[in-house]
Amino acid sequence: MGVWFSFWVVVGLILVALIGAGLLNLSVIFGVVFPYLALVVFLVGLIYRVVQWGKTPVPFHIPTTCGQQKSLSWIKYSKLESPATGWEVFLRMFLEVVAFRSLFRNLRTEMGPGFRPVYGSSKWLWLGGIAFHYSFLIVFLRHLRFFTQPPSKLVSIIDSFDGFLQIGHPHLQLTGVVLFFAALYLFLRRLYIPQVRYISLPADYFPLLLIMGIAGSGILMRYFIKTDITKVKELTMGLATFHPKVPEGIGVIFYVHIFLVSVLFAYFPFSKLVHLGGVFLSPTRNLANNSRMKRHINPWDYPVKVHTYEEYEEEFREKMKMAGIPVEKDIEEEETEEKEQEEKE
Amino acid sequence: MEQLREVLRTRRDGIVRRWFDYIIETYPEETAAFLKSKRDPFTNPVGSTIKEGIEGIIDYIVGEGEEEVQTFLDRIIRIRAVQDFKPSEAVEFVFHLKDIVRAEVGMRLDEPEIRRQLREFDSSVDKLALLAFDIFMECREKIYELKATELKNMTYKLLERAKLLDELDKHKW
Amino acid sequence: MAKAAKPPKPEEITKTLDYRKTPKGPWIDTKVEFRPGMYCYGTRPKYLEEVDMPNPREWSTSDEDWKLPENWKEIFLEGMEDRLRKHRSFRLFMDICVRCGACADKCHFYIGTGDPKNMPVLRAELLRSIYRRYFTTGGKLLKRTAGARELTEEVFKELWYYAYQCTECRRCSVFCPYGIDTAEITIMVRELVNLLGCNTDWIMGPVANCYHKGNHLGLEPHTIQSNIEMMCDDIEEITGIRIEPTFNRKGAEILFVTPSGDLFAVPGVYTAMGYLMLFHELGLDYTWSTYASEGGNFGFFTSLEMAKRLYYKVYAEAERLGVKFIIGGECGHMWRLWHQYLATFWKPPENLETPKSPITGTVFEHASASKVVHVVEFTADLIRHGKLKLDPSRNDHLRVTFHDSCNTSRGMGFFEEPRYVIKNVCNHFYEMPENTIREKTFCCGSGSGLNASENMELRMRGGLPRANAVRYVHEKYGVNMLANVCAIDRAALPTLMQYWVPGVEVCGVHELVGNALVMTGEKKRTMDLRLEPLPGFEEEEEEEE
Repeated sequence: MGVWFSFWVVVGLILVALIGAGLLNLSVIFGVVFPYLALVVFLVGLIYRVVQWGKTPVPFHIPTTCGQQKSLSWIKYSKLESPATGWEVFLRMFLEVVAFRSLFRNLRTEMGPGFRPVYGSSKWLWLGGIAFHYSFLIVFLRHLRFFTQPPSKLVSIIDSFDGFLQIGHPHLQLTGVVLFFAALYLFLRRLYIPQVRYISLPADYFPLLLIMGIAGSGILMRYFIKTDITKVKELTMGLATFHPKVPEGIGVIFYVHIFLVSVLFAYFPFSKLVHLGGVFLSPTRNLANNSRMKRHINPWDYPVKVHTYEEYEEEFREKMKMAGIPVEKDIEEEETEEKEQEEKE
Repeated sequence: MEQLREVLRTRRDGIVRRWFDYIIETYPEETAAFLKSKRDPFTNPVGSTIKEGIEGIIDYIVGEGEEEVQTFLDRIIRIRAVQDFKPSEAVEFVFHLKDIVRAEVGMRLDEPEIRRQLREFDSSVDKLALLAFDIFMECREKIYELKATELKNMTYKLLERAKLLDELDKHKW
Repeated sequence: MAKAAKPPKPEEITKTLDYRKTPKGPWIDTKVEFRPGMYCYGTRPKYLEEVDMPNPREWSTSDEDWKLPENWKEIFLEGMEDRLRKHRSFRLFMDICVRCGACADKCHFYIGTGDPKNMPVLRAELLRSIYRRYFTTGGKLLKRTAGARELTEEVFKELWYYAYQCTECRRCSVFCPYGIDTAEITIMVRELVNLLGCNTDWIMGPVANCYHKGNHLGLEPHTIQSNIEMMCDDIEEITGIRIEPTFNRKGAEILFVTPSGDLFAVPGVYTAMGYLMLFHELGLDYTWSTYASEGGNFGFFTSLEMAKRLYYKVYAEAERLGVKFIIGGECGHMWRLWHQYLATFWKPPENLETPKSPITGTVFEHASASKVVHVVEFTADLIRHGKLKLDPSRNDHLRVTFHDSCNTSRGMGFFEEPRYVIKNVCNHFYEMPENTIREKTFCCGSGSGLNASENMELRMRGGLPRANAVRYVHEKYGVNMLANVCAIDRAALPTLMQYWVPGVEVCGVHELVGNALVMTGEKKRTMDLRLEPLPGFEEEEEEEE
């Protein structure tokens, strides 16, 4: 079963880091080589994918229209659902990317027995998705403080907001916890909703488990198995400034964390996670509904065999003439016939 | 059947639930979950129609239904007649009502009066099953009729008047 | 049955009878089973030959051997690679699906059949598994673990079976967070199976007809003319007015093109009568064409190339006749294509101008490039400007609801125009529930060339969600007429209604217009366009006499 396979792979990865960085003391490999490699694979891979999509032509103009088209001046058209201009497309895409608008459509009042309104449960996927992606984003941004000196203002602001509850020491940062549980939710729904379980592949379980591993190891490191943060920052700043150094005495849990992150980065371009870049390129969303106003050109258009009017008339001329339908070659033909007759005579 | 009816009336919801589950389980697991979970009759017409149908039938049996039982039976069977069911499979769920009712009657099965009434009930279930079979056959016949009507709609009206009926053979739609 | 004291337990029944047919194990192992009533017959070789398509042969979908060419796998995979290079949508949609399942229960075929492979995500996975196996490193290395599988004849048949259980309605695409459109994938699968000559007879027949004779039904020029003249006879009987439409007339201002189904089939012909009456009343300078006599395009259900080949006629005929613009009749997939593909397929000829209504002077700016106007847009503009004298009470016996066709909804954004027209020609209009109309409309179950008769069960199941919503307004408001703007709807919905909601009939929007239209010099109407007595009007006249 895909889920076990994914689970053991993640466990295996953790073991690799524990053994490698803990027992074999390969901290340079785990702290410097792998992160650099992963970053290179990530950047090259993702750019390759996006360029590959970008280079693939869009032969036809196929936006999915989810609202009234722009037609007659007195009919109000839906700028967001059926955008007619570039700006409106931008807005549509913006909401799609920022608010998961299409997924939000699931959030609707349903009708229960006897046509009484009932609130559906389908909003959970949207909510889970939003919680997952936003907490991931904030966690990611927060981590920039390890790569800038002094930490940028933005990062500090995020940090303080994130820890606003002021529980524990260091202050509990909500997003890490939210990220873990959102990933857990997305994972569990794959297991417990039969339809979703039926369509799920190892490639669906693996990234979720990996991210849970990352969030989990991060939380462990921050609150439970304390790690020397100044030394960690020394290492990360070294990475950021391309003068890598590996201070002694950083706990092995850190290497587990950074190794899982490295794996995630390296895995990214080869997986479904590329939807991060792909969503911007989707032709059903990022085209304006203006194909009758502006001719869309197919770059690889080629000549095709057609049945011309001349061929058509050739076949049906007599029938057309009998029915009184005008034909093109009528007169010419009569003339040639006359000539032929004259010649015979 | 008054005593039995009384029992069924108090147990109505349980019977509906069991019977619904039983019918739903004739679908693939993934689908069964969908049919059960979505309550919107418009996004889940199969599930909601079946539910509506069995509620109607049970209300009829316990003597509270106003509409004809046929209407409700028809709703369920009409769906099953176009899904992947053999005739026997499509109507089998009706017989299962006997087991469900027995399970719900529970301890009182020992009472001779209840047992007598159950026999009576069984024969009405049998009648229901026969009725279900009739409906199934009607639906199947309807499908063949539809095929024929459709072809006629597509061509006949004009062909007939244009005396072009021969052309029917020449053209392939 | 008298000895029912010891009935078998439910479990026992299920043990003895094999009703629980849950497919066990992963979908990738579940073999396809061709169930009668669920698929269309394979195409006859002559149709393929007529349009030079590959692998013409006698075959049947129920055969074990589909007589694929020796190197079929190569052809398929090369075709796939070619398309991955040419269509961003295809490559992207192969790559970015996260299988979140938001689309799963949005498909009318899944809702109606319960077959998990009809979930849009799984329909796409059928091909995606091939994509992974042959076009991604992970799939080549990890095979099954990466969700990849070999392309075998079994798999090929499965792809075929499910590509012809999708009506390309795009409903799933509305709900997908990345806009993944199963129609795009189905279109590709159909192109690929067509490389091997595996189309259906129901699609290929009209394609071959349309290519040579100009329309799907294969009506020859004189037949088209006589059919329309017969409609004019009926119109004369109803209104006392003789209409003399023209055919292939050079110098007309407007070319009118409509799906040929409306020239032949009931209730489509009544819609066509509506056009004739309207254009006559306006004194419109327009012409029909016997060469460009098809608005629909079954080529689109075959391959994009075939769609392009069939649509050559539209602009070519507009150029030959020297018209200024084109009006298109009520049709679903035709308008998806005219709106999104036509001007890409073919360059609009120079003689065409931005459409301008000769009656109201309205310039249809939104059609400034393609020069094609939807007849309902044209009529809505007329009504808005008060150019039509209408008596909606002639439709008072009708309680009307409107079915949004998939193609005009999600491939055009055409929602308000038909509603505006209907509300002006009918007094009783009721909407179906909100999540079954507009962009969330449910398919008739017979689109994209699936409206054959041998797959009637499939159609009835696929149409169930639509029929169910109609049943609701039928029971609640007494709706008895299902209006629409699609020729396939007009052919398929009457059947659907007869099965699920008897008592509801089907009509095109312009049939309602024709009924309500007060024509100059008409006699008192006692019949509707179906030549049936017009309730409330017949009696009155008799009394007056």
